[in-house]
Amino acid sequence: MSLYSFAQWLDQTPWSIALHESIWAYPIIESVHVLTLCLFVGLATVLDLRLLGLTFKKTAVSEITEKLLPWTTAGFIVMVITGVLLFYGIPLRTYGNVFFRAKVIFLILAGINVWYFHSGIFKKVKTWDHDAVPPARARMAGAFSLVLWAAVIIAGRFIAYNWFDKSVH
Amino acid sequence: MSLQPIFQTIENTPVGLAIRDSQWLFPIIEGCHLLGLALIGGVVLLVNMRMLGLGLGKESAAELERDARPYFNGSLILMLVTGSLLFTSEAVKCYNNQAFWFKMSSLLLAIIFTMTINRRAALAGTGGGSSGAKVIAIINLLLWTGVGVGGRWIGFS
Repeated sequence: MSLYSFAQWLDQTPWSIALHESIWAYPIIESVHVLTLCLFVGLATVLDLRLLGLTFKKTAVSEITEKLLPWTTAGFIVMVITGVLLFYGIPLRTYGNVFFRAKVIFLILAGINVWYFHSGIFKKVKTWDHDAVPPARARMAGAFSLVLWAAVIIAGRFIAYNWFDKSVH
Repeated sequence: MSLQPIFQTIENTPVGLAIRDSQWLFPIIEGCHLLGLALIGGVVLLVNMRMLGLGLGKESAAELERDARPYFNGSLILMLVTGSLLFTSEAVKCYNNQAFWFKMSSLLLAIIFTMTINRRAALAGTGGGSSGAKVIAIINLLLWTGVGVGGRWIGFS
């Protein structure tokens, strides 16, 4: 089954139609999705700023990852659940939306950045934990994270527009 | 006196017209408004969670407040500038929008509360959060949540 026919099938499921036509459910889910940005991207940004050596310099990097990452992870889970529901409410149109596709690509790149950081320079964090300005690879991870999550946010906002939509009907 | 004519005048300024006439400007400005939201929300959460005894614990609330302040101020300025531009492009719609007035009332209270009571409590907080600091942090988080929810709802009304 192609992604297109999957989206087409989703689009016809009763729950998808109910969600799409709901007066309250869709706006509430979308509000939760947007406001969880503070918890997820906001706290991730605190780590990024520390990795860049811009602020919280007296705080150990491992202290930030240990104490804040559980909250960031919780925020991410809420983001994914609400995001999937938002897609489920309008699958076919969203599938054909160029900004949605861009957002998925930025999400994958942001995920690769997280993986690369945690499986690389972060493994040796004990050797640079208290450095006011962390090593170049950690700074790069912080910078990529800031740019990629910003791109995810902007692309996500633009999903509301259908300027370049692929015609999928 | 009604404020309605003033809102009408704001909407018809060249800035308001330019944003309304452009396909790109409104979503781009709103995208920047959302970037500011993530940052200001993260910073407010960080300091107030500390006052509640959550998140970062080795640093005092006062240290976090001092480290975070330039980012709070910077993101607040970004929010106010982008928010004003968005408002200018649809002032009359906002005038008739209950969510807009709810947001602006919450925003005024949130800014005043953050810069006075909340800041003083954070700067006084050396160890674990006292119950007074916890109440202040909860009030502060509720005020900012009101700003966020009200803001999102402007677009739904």
